[in-house]
Amino acid sequence: MTMQDRITERLRQVLNPLTLEVVNDSHLHAGHHGSPGSGESHFRVVIVSAAFAGLSRIDRHRIINKALEAELKMGIHALAIKAEAPG
Amino acid sequence: MSDQQNVQDFIRKTVAGNDVVLFMKGNKQTPQCGFSGRVTQILTQMGIDFKDVNVLDDASIRDGIKAFTNWPTIPQLYVKGEFVGGCDIITEMFQSGELEELIHEKGIKHVHHHA
Repeated sequence: MTMQDRITERLRQVLNPLTLEVVNDSHLHAGHHGSPGSGESHFRVVIVSAAFAGLSRIDRHRIINKALEAELKMGIHALAIKAEAPG
Repeated sequence: MSDQQNVQDFIRKTVAGNDVVLFMKGNKQTPQCGFSGRVTQILTQMGIDFKDVNVLDDASIRDGIKAFTNWPTIPQLYVKGEFVGGCDIITEMFQSGELEELIHEKGIKHVHHHA
């Protein structure tokens, strides 16, 4: 399973999102400082979930970071997050 | 700086002693990471003076700041002792005008942008 699939599956399980887009941006960062060059280092998540309603941006990001705790330890260098509640 | 208690004390004092602090990779003159660079650019554009702490200078601070606020990534921006966010949050807040609102509310000197 690719890291992109792992992230997608994990966020679906935890947040039951209305929309979810997980993009692998690693190719845009290949070779820059600190980049592992694994092809699975930089990801972008755009997610809409009712679970975010009433939460601050910081708390939304914390929920995602917690959900992906294991994945973040597996060599993800950067995870860009856009997290919104519906409506 | 290796003792975790000293590290947390240093972070606490730095955050308490400066109105605006950015923990970043590199320094404000030469950011070493695109995400740290973007936040530096936003603060500079808003005319905000800030204290920069280069986490690449000290691995114990790099780990310590993540523990300090339970946030796994760098950069991290603090205003008047309060954690505001990382690169994504700061960028969203800048674009929506919320960052200027916050800076204004907290009484931080900055440049006003009038449409």
